[in-house]
Amino acid sequence: MAKSNEPIWWSLFSAGGVIAAFLVPIHIFLTGIAWPLGWVAGDTLDYAKMQALLSHPIARLYCFVLISLPLFHWAHRFRFTLVDLGLRGVNTLLAVLCYGAAIVGTVVTARVLWTL
Amino acid sequence: MKPYVRPMSGAWWLHRGSYLLFMLREISSVFIGVYLVMFLVMLNRLSQGPAAYDEFIAGLKSPLAILFHLVALAFALLHTLTWFHLTPKAMAVWSGEERVPAALIIAPNYVAWVVLSGVVAWFVLGG
Repeated sequence: MAKSNEPIWWSLFSAGGVIAAFLVPIHIFLTGIAWPLGWVAGDTLDYAKMQALLSHPIARLYCFVLISLPLFHWAHRFRFTLVDLGLRGVNTLLAVLCYGAAIVGTVVTARVLWTL
Repeated sequence: MKPYVRPMSGAWWLHRGSYLLFMLREISSVFIGVYLVMFLVMLNRLSQGPAAYDEFIAGLKSPLAILFHLVALAFALLHTLTWFHLTPKAMAVWSGEERVPAALIIAPNYVAWVVLSGVVAWFVLGG
């Protein structure tokens, strides 16, 4: 059998799926719904508070994992969704574009969190 | 030799409820991805100073932003539920000769989800 790098992408997909399942809903709810609608204290997202929270290395590491792994989850699902929709002929190109986007996203995330 | 690939309409997923649910589940990853990119933009604004950051979070209050987050939350919950219910299929747990019932593998996921969400909320809300 030809050597395959699928296991790497599948592991990242799987890990990203776990992170997305357990942590993304509460984040969307807090920053995108509860805070804008005034269900939580108005100063929850204040600049100084967020700065203080993210000054801790563990909080930054958490954000890195929270953003990066689900991007690989997206890449894997989106790639195969497009293949299922009939783009089988450009499967390799799709793989490069999708995983490539996730890698770029990971690098940018690391940079942003580093300079924070 | 070239394998035969049966031609298929690009709209196959509209033909059955379970196919549609499958497609919505796959699409959930797009909404989760868009949300996380926006979160990344928020962190980037944070690094640029209070003015840039305040402008960004003011935008979160626009009706369009709230609508996006409501849709994104619905997709995120679809992902969470389908992911939890896949665990017993991805992981067969045996207790002696007996296979552990699916419900016993799924339930701890919900417990962990509630606990983790509580921990995140506690940190964000400044507990």
